[in-house]
Amino acid sequence: MIHALLLLIGASVLCFLFSDLAPGSFFDEMKLNPQISSSTVAALRAEYGIDQPLPLRYARWIRSVVKGEWGYSFAYNAPVRNLLLLRARNTLLLTVLATALAWSLALPLGIWIASHPSRCADRLTMGGTSLLLSVPELVLVLGLLYLAIVTHALPVGGMVSVRFDQLGPWAQVRDFAMHLIVPVFTLVLASLSVLVRHVRASMVEVLRASFIRAARGHGIGRTRLLLRYALPAAANPLISLFGLSVAGLLSGSLMVEIVTGWPGLGPLLLEASLSRDVHVVVGVVLASTVFMISGSLLADVMLFVADPRVRVE
Amino acid sequence: MIGKSKMIAAIAFLLGLHFVMLFAGFFAPCDPSTQNRDFPYAPPTRLHFLDARRHLHFRPFVYQWAASTDDSHQYEESRQREYPVRLFVRGDEYKVAGILPSHIHLFGVEPPASIFLAGTDSYGRDQFSRILYGGQISLAAGVLATAISLCLGSILGCLSGFYGKWIDASAMRLAELFFVLPWLYLLLAVRSFLPLHISATEAFFLLVAVIGTVGWARPARLIRGIVLSAKTRKYVIASRGFGASDYYILRRHIFPHLYGILLTQAAILVPQYVVAEVALSFLGLGVGEPTPSWGNLLANLQQYNVLVSYWWMFAPAVVLVVASLGYLNVANAFQDRLQSGSI
Repeated sequence: MIHALLLLIGASVLCFLFSDLAPGSFFDEMKLNPQISSSTVAALRAEYGIDQPLPLRYARWIRSVVKGEWGYSFAYNAPVRNLLLLRARNTLLLTVLATALAWSLALPLGIWIASHPSRCADRLTMGGTSLLLSVPELVLVLGLLYLAIVTHALPVGGMVSVRFDQLGPWAQVRDFAMHLIVPVFTLVLASLSVLVRHVRASMVEVLRASFIRAARGHGIGRTRLLLRYALPAAANPLISLFGLSVAGLLSGSLMVEIVTGWPGLGPLLLEASLSRDVHVVVGVVLASTVFMISGSLLADVMLFVADPRVRVE
Repeated sequence: MIGKSKMIAAIAFLLGLHFVMLFAGFFAPCDPSTQNRDFPYAPPTRLHFLDARRHLHFRPFVYQWAASTDDSHQYEESRQREYPVRLFVRGDEYKVAGILPSHIHLFGVEPPASIFLAGTDSYGRDQFSRILYGGQISLAAGVLATAISLCLGSILGCLSGFYGKWIDASAMRLAELFFVLPWLYLLLAVRSFLPLHISATEAFFLLVAVIGTVGWARPARLIRGIVLSAKTRKYVIASRGFGASDYYILRRHIFPHLYGILLTQAAILVPQYVVAEVALSFLGLGVGEPTPSWGNLLANLQQYNVLVSYWWMFAPAVVLVVASLGYLNVANAFQDRLQSGSI
């Protein structure tokens, strides 16, 4: 936990260091406006503390973090916290759903392919996963968007339809689910190939072991053999992969959110980048870092539960 | 294990792709910035072998597009005249590899007809030519950024693996920091702190520098591991006994161990970085118009009507996928060899 906290502090320092490289600031465009005098801009700069040196600015930011404000957004003229919580919730929803769906597809698929070794199936999986692997999320989401629009099957853009408030409760749920399909499906497709490959590889390795042959010799059924004997033995590398897959999904969701207009962290980051809203940028980077760290922490906990050897240590 | 012939085929494919992009001027029929205002969003030109009288031609020919009379954004082929596709034709001037001026293009048709293998964009610029020229930018960005990452990675990896102690500790802590930051977010954040309105050349080098610097952590960690194990070899200890300097040992005895991992990492990183460039340019934070890059070619698809009605605007995406697939095959082959110890 302390380690994670240190990492977060390091990340924030890094962000501030980078922000110091920037030649411009949020109020630069005001300077171009003849109706705003330079003294007003200077006063604003002083009020938000941009004119102070880096360590002071950092200290100011830390103070506001401790107060629970997470810095101050110039563009929204509000503390970053509320902004961040709302957007982070949306991103989290997308990422969690995609992770869950991707794993629940990849596990059976990988196990099935591993338990039916044949040259044709192997080649087909390798070919299919290679193809999927080399299609970037951006292309994938554009393609799916195209399909969704052309077939008129799914609504596109945003989280809900314009007339969301007028819908009944069931129609609201349905509308929301329909909007989820394109982004979630993109993320699932993008991460599926890596997962299937790894599940297959670690299962194939375990199925070659002699304890599996012994179990088979004792007449243990196929399903039980795969799920109760082979899968726990193959789980270790997969659980580590779980932590990494969260990272991949998070990075992927950035482009997907921006293209589909999903109001998550991605569009917020882009917007804040373009207007140099420093605290929002730092906040978004930190929020995504928190997701990453919690993904790997979750993987550690799962490893602790699944592997008795880790527990003894 | 991937066979040797397959690996050679994969490498040859990749080299061919880069060759075509490098000599884009020769392979592209037009200049990437030539505008044909009469043909906005013209679909890909069709190659014909059968003419109106059902005669078979062995040299393919094209018809000129003509705007349809009822709708300005629909085109029809005007069948009055056939324009045979010729090889090695004179056309727009370009420079071979940026130095030698030349007029010769691999293929083309006589004016006034034009050949748009992948259609045109809103200004009537030939997409095929733009994809080739854009490939120069995107692939160069990927390769250069990879070079930066691997250089940084090998310097820090070698130092921390070889000297250990506080250098190792601090470098690896820093690497850990870069690992927990999701890298696309970091990339966008770093890019956001750098100037926005800059020329295409500056943007290109900025992009390369940012992408390359952000991605150093993984190669550094891998290289450190190899240096750690190479350092304990007996011949390293022996040469130290003979009074070899640290630099000599690193260069002569340790660096050769890294060739395999550097090659493999390069094949893995280049497509990732190309995609990163594409993503940033797509968002308007990378190389800007009128200089083509795969990212800003795809940015056309951000407009709803383009996405829906002009399917050929997806052509850059197809080329991007093909290039990534090529790199993926090479990376797989290298990785196989690395594991069996034959690089």
